[in-house]
Amino acid sequence: MSGARPLSGRYLRRRAVNALGIGFAVFATVFGLFWLAWILWTTLTRGAAALSPRLFTQMTPPPGAAGGLLNAFFGSFVMLLIAIAIGTPLGIGAGTYLSEYAVGRRIGGMIRFVNDILLSAPSIVIGLFCYTLLVQPSGHFSGWAGGVALALLLLPVVVRSTDETLRLIPATAREAVMALGVPKWRMITLVLYRAGRAGLLTGLLLGIARISGETAPLLFTALNNQYWTANPASPMANIPVVIFQYALSPYQSWHALAWAGALIMTVFVLLLSVGSRLLIGRRPGM
Amino acid sequence: MSAESLGLAASRPMIASRRAGPSGERVFAVLVTAAAWVVLIALGAVAAAMFWGGLPAFRAFGWRFLYGTEWNAVTRQFAALVPIYGTLVTALIAMLIAVPVSFGIAVFLIEVAPRWLRGPVAAAIELLAGVPSIIYGMWGLFVFVPFMSEQVEPWLIDHLGPLPVFGVLFQGAPLGIGMLTSGIILGIMVLPFISSVMRDVFALVPVELKESAYAMGCTRWEVAWRIMLPYTRSAVAGGIFLGLGRALGETMAVTFVLGNAHDLSFSLMDPGNSIAAVIANEFTEADSALYRASLIALGLLLFVVTFLVLAGARLLLVRLARQRGE
Amino acid sequence: MSNMDSTTEANHRQAEPGAPPDHPRIAIRQLDFFYGKTQALKGITLDLPDRQATALIGPSGCGKSTLLRVLNRMYDLYPGQRASGEVLLDGQNILARDIDLNQLRSRIGMVFQKPTPFPMSIRENIAFGVRMHERLSRAALADRVEWALTRAALWPEVKDRLGNSALGLSGGQQQRLCIARSIAVRPEVLLLDEPTSALDPISTLKIEELIDELKRDFTIAIVTHNMQQAGRVADRVAFFYLGELIELGESVQIFTAPRLRRTQEYITGRFG
Repeated sequence: MSGARPLSGRYLRRRAVNALGIGFAVFATVFGLFWLAWILWTTLTRGAAALSPRLFTQMTPPPGAAGGLLNAFFGSFVMLLIAIAIGTPLGIGAGTYLSEYAVGRRIGGMIRFVNDILLSAPSIVIGLFCYTLLVQPSGHFSGWAGGVALALLLLPVVVRSTDETLRLIPATAREAVMALGVPKWRMITLVLYRAGRAGLLTGLLLGIARISGETAPLLFTALNNQYWTANPASPMANIPVVIFQYALSPYQSWHALAWAGALIMTVFVLLLSVGSRLLIGRRPGM
Repeated sequence: MSAESLGLAASRPMIASRRAGPSGERVFAVLVTAAAWVVLIALGAVAAAMFWGGLPAFRAFGWRFLYGTEWNAVTRQFAALVPIYGTLVTALIAMLIAVPVSFGIAVFLIEVAPRWLRGPVAAAIELLAGVPSIIYGMWGLFVFVPFMSEQVEPWLIDHLGPLPVFGVLFQGAPLGIGMLTSGIILGIMVLPFISSVMRDVFALVPVELKESAYAMGCTRWEVAWRIMLPYTRSAVAGGIFLGLGRALGETMAVTFVLGNAHDLSFSLMDPGNSIAAVIANEFTEADSALYRASLIALGLLLFVVTFLVLAGARLLLVRLARQRGE
Repeated sequence: MSNMDSTTEANHRQAEPGAPPDHPRIAIRQLDFFYGKTQALKGITLDLPDRQATALIGPSGCGKSTLLRVLNRMYDLYPGQRASGEVLLDGQNILARDIDLNQLRSRIGMVFQKPTPFPMSIRENIAFGVRMHERLSRAALADRVEWALTRAALWPEVKDRLGNSALGLSGGQQQRLCIARSIAVRPEVLLLDEPTSALDPISTLKIEELIDELKRDFTIAIVTHNMQQAGRVADRVAFFYLGELIELGESVQIFTAPRLRRTQEYITGRFG
């Protein structure tokens, strides 16, 4: 533009820096999306090529033979159930304590802090912990130990979402109920849990999505099992560990099964995490 | 009827003492308090179990466990420098990639992208965090490793290998497997965590602050770099620490592509190891108590380091909230 | 400091040789403004004379702040907001597509309702903007910082702690820092959007005195809800209502003998 200030070299340089910066921001975003697309595309094409009904009807095969992943699906399912059965009540309880009983107390801040650490702690350490706690004393790997390890990973997710959900419910809602002479615990169980159920469910689903893909903590807790077992006291096959072993094996047929398992697991996990966010209708966030 | 009203009248003036009240209240309070203590105890128990489990290794090897390079199951000599080095180097490569890219993504989402594009792009980036880590590992092993070994590493070895000093990092055979590949994959994995923190805190920068910078003639990039970033710096650092904690502790993705080698090598092309990968690869095969204790001692190291990093992240993230008076 | 004053003075003279003191620095012609489908300004025609303060008054939502945000094209940051008509700055239409916004904004400074110190030191707050637009020696930059802080009546209070964070200043000091920051780039026009509404009475008084002083060098447009303030600092007052310019006049005339009943009702506090 005309006027007092001509296009100085300084200004042209600032414009160039800006263009570079904005260009970099666009590039960074495309870069991130590029890997997502590449990884999902690989999983989809290789997994889809190996999909067959046998996956759900046959056991994991020895090398070279045909087979499916039935025992692994079942084992994963059982361990998820164990984890949910342990992690959900504990998590909701602890979250309730944080939001309703620890208000303004130092212990609340401390537990939140510890919970945040647990939330991002390396899952392999949790696996080691469950090994020394459950596997070593009993002398054998077990589905129980795997379930407990997953529960420990689920727990902090549920604690945090419960705490945050309950704290979002306005104090007036609590006071209105308490003013009727309803005891606090009835107020919490009847009113708060009901008002916050979308948030609680979202937290649980996100937690399940997280533990469904976890492999490291199962390596030395549930281990693996080539055969069908419905007994959680014995080592149990599970999808992540089967994928791990098959993918690192030299056999083509095992690779194919690993990709099929990977596809199903990925779809399951992503549907859970996307679905849970749609459920609460909020923007996808932390 | 009259008895009822009498009873009511009699009970009205009396307010029962709290202790005598129905026990449901107390049972519930005890239950939720106990659940909260489980969280607290869980972390303490993990630390204690790692400590006791790893103690024999520290007893046997002393400080040498930290700086020795030998890891030999046959001679029962175990020292952790190689996996420690691999953990740090892969995490460093990951951060070199993830931090600037995350900043770029956050700037794109907050300042550059048209409004309709922000939601979908943010959701897609978050999907990266949802993909299970073993998928990264498989994709890395079957797709990315061949790509690196055929397309990228030969070029790096030819062009950067001959450089003085710096060239050491890029010498060797283009196997594809190794610390460079692992670091890149780790970088992609932690990118959504860092970018989501950055985006969330950038969104907290007051509109008036940004507008006054624009009103002075700032460009978009100047607003992002000179105003938004300094305003949120402690939280941004917290987000970076959070990502670093993830990168240090990540297991499955690197186990596939690191190569499980116990030799110390400065070349990023050579196979290496990381703490988490050693544990994942060898724990179930550990055939002696000392071997197992050494692996648990590695776990303790990992736990302590990630604890410190994550605790730092928390403290830094809290600081922005305080600065904003929340 | 006094020689800095005269240079600024000289700059303006140079830019406008022989211009009469009431030459319109900004001429707004038939300006319409839309937030999406909502029209916020309707056919505004208004001059901002050089080196005078024009107060824009009117009830909330009447469009006065919107008008300020048109003058430095702040609305460009947001999709769905658009303006039509003409806004001439020294005869050039700043609504034109090819206008360089960064340069435009360096010529038209703006101070906001809430103080917005940048997250850096007091000195950097001032130097930041100057360095963007000019290449100055270290000494010249230090002079400019002192000059701007002196003009903003802040220098005595901060001269010993220029390296401290600006976030540690009081609200009134922060607002004067923002004014100093704006004038340090030596704009021609200064837009003030309710600059005292978040401040205590003493800080308000200081800023009013400052505005009175600044209008000798700058063309000022100030949005305010405070009638006394408009009367004290403005040479001319424009009354807006529902997106239209209702009445414009010398401030004495508007406050003593408004021509229209609606203006009178507003300034006497009967609505708004």
